[in-house]
Amino acid sequence: MTTTTSAPAAPAKIASGRSGELLTALGVLALLLAAPFLFYPVFVMKVLCFALFAAAFNLLIGFVGLLSFGHAAFFGTGAYIAAHAAKVWHLDPLVAVVLGGLGGGVLGLAVGFLAIKRKGIYFSMITLALSQMVFFIAVQAPFTGGEDGIQGIPRGHLFGFIDLNEPLPMYGFVLAIFVFGMFALWRIVHSPFGQILKAIRDNEARAISLGYDVARYKLIAFVISAAVAAAAGGAKSLVFQLASLTDITWQMSGEVILITLLGGIGTILGPVVGAVIVITLENYLATLDVPVTVLIGGIFVACVLLFRRGIVGEIEHWLARR
Amino acid sequence: MTTIFGVPAAALYGQILIGLINGSFYALLSLGLAVIFGLLNVINFAHGALYMLGAFTAWLGLQYFGLNYWAALVVVPIVVGLFGIVIERLALRRISGLDPLYGLLLTFGLTLVIEGLFRYWYGSSGQPYAPPPQLTGGVNLGFMFLPIYRGWVVIASVIVCFATWYVIERTRLGAYLRAATENPALVKAFGINVPLLITLTYAGGVALAGFAGVLAAPIYQVSPLMGSNLIIVVFAVVVVGGMGSILGAIVTGYLLGVLEGLTKVFYPPASAIVIFVVMAVVLLVRPAGLFGRGD
Repeated sequence: MTTTTSAPAAPAKIASGRSGELLTALGVLALLLAAPFLFYPVFVMKVLCFALFAAAFNLLIGFVGLLSFGHAAFFGTGAYIAAHAAKVWHLDPLVAVVLGGLGGGVLGLAVGFLAIKRKGIYFSMITLALSQMVFFIAVQAPFTGGEDGIQGIPRGHLFGFIDLNEPLPMYGFVLAIFVFGMFALWRIVHSPFGQILKAIRDNEARAISLGYDVARYKLIAFVISAAVAAAAGGAKSLVFQLASLTDITWQMSGEVILITLLGGIGTILGPVVGAVIVITLENYLATLDVPVTVLIGGIFVACVLLFRRGIVGEIEHWLARR
Repeated sequence: MTTIFGVPAAALYGQILIGLINGSFYALLSLGLAVIFGLLNVINFAHGALYMLGAFTAWLGLQYFGLNYWAALVVVPIVVGLFGIVIERLALRRISGLDPLYGLLLTFGLTLVIEGLFRYWYGSSGQPYAPPPQLTGGVNLGFMFLPIYRGWVVIASVIVCFATWYVIERTRLGAYLRAATENPALVKAFGINVPLLITLTYAGGVALAGFAGVLAAPIYQVSPLMGSNLIIVVFAVVVVGGMGSILGAIVTGYLLGVLEGLTKVFYPPASAIVIFVVMAVVLLVRPAGLFGRGD
């Protein structure tokens, strides 16, 4: 059951190959550079943070075939650590985000070590249970501020002289983190290491028989994914100047799954497209009478029943077939 | 006043009783999850939402139709079971044969929809549901005071768990079900209607959740979110027990419930996470689960 079908959607090769990817990346980058002049910058920054979060999650589900149902634990931990570093220790914002990422990576090492002992559906349940444990710890631990969270986090001055309280420098800071994170993930996916991950996804038994230490590869991928998710959480806490329990709930884990599923599991661009759609929906439909969770749940059901490849996945599939 | 390990005996017994009650719900829910997973290969995330639906149906029945507790105990599992049939026929059937992860995602989406609607209609605060007059009050057992309703919950859940175990392990229907779990194609070839069996299994599993919801209504407040926090703990229970054995699911449920109760006595801050800690330890020592057959 896990050997042949563990990958929900194999990424289709784009017909034009790597030059096509490069062109797409440049196009997206151009759009992102123009975005703060067209939209509300905080909104675009929120999209960037969630896109990076989803891309980190996608590294596991799309390229190793592991569905983590507890990624909010890393996102939230990163948010709390970055918030604490910026507010209490008065560290440079970049250092705060990096510390958040490192903290998430350490937590990922512990959670991943336990979770990879089981496969498939059990892996998902274990990550969900452990993230709930992290949630309960966050509720009780003194430094997270309990129900209030950590409020009024100073954005500070990057490298001591760039004032991040101005919208454009802050946008540049978040965009740089996003681009760096996406590039790192893209490099990992296309590296020999990434090829082994895909081999594990497609046929774990064969990867083992070829002599690969599958558990170690899974754990490394898990730690990377957790660290990037945590860095995204850290950036988010600086954007909103708030780290709260919302960041660490299972609903947040569900949201990142939805973003990735809707955009396209196993595609590079999918998480970005998914984040744009989900965050936009949440922002503009918050005023509607229908509760947002009902809508999100409905999209979930529709995705699973109707287009499991996601938006970008369906487009790639259509391009490849043509 | 007698004390045990420096703790008043009455407090200790009281927490063990609460542990047994929580354990009753863990057992009923993980039992349903295990039965459904066995045949459908789906982890039913919506189990918690259907448990909530059971409690709400009982409350609504009492509110608008004067449906008393005893009638609710029979009617509500049927209603929730029928709802389960709709879910299975309209949604789960379409993704059978795909990776089980899709079943988890689909039922997760359903959970959000069901919970979101109930929160929209009734708000997040809980609704009180009075226990039936026959089960109010309590008895003094000499070593502790036992509220009758709480004793009834433990007894009722043990009976239902045992009945489910009996049906699956000792009857002809159960034999079909176990055979279909092992090899559905072969069982189909013998002329047994496997798709119907699958529908009935899902309905039966979620009916157990509905029954648990009615039992829970007088103890906990009936609220839209009562199920989702419970289901995550039940997932941990399922990982600890392993889903290979019906009896294993039941025993693990009660054991972890009592353990949680004991933690509340000796080190209260850890009581919310003790089951997850046990899960972590079991994963280190015996990854397949206490009663598991590996995966």
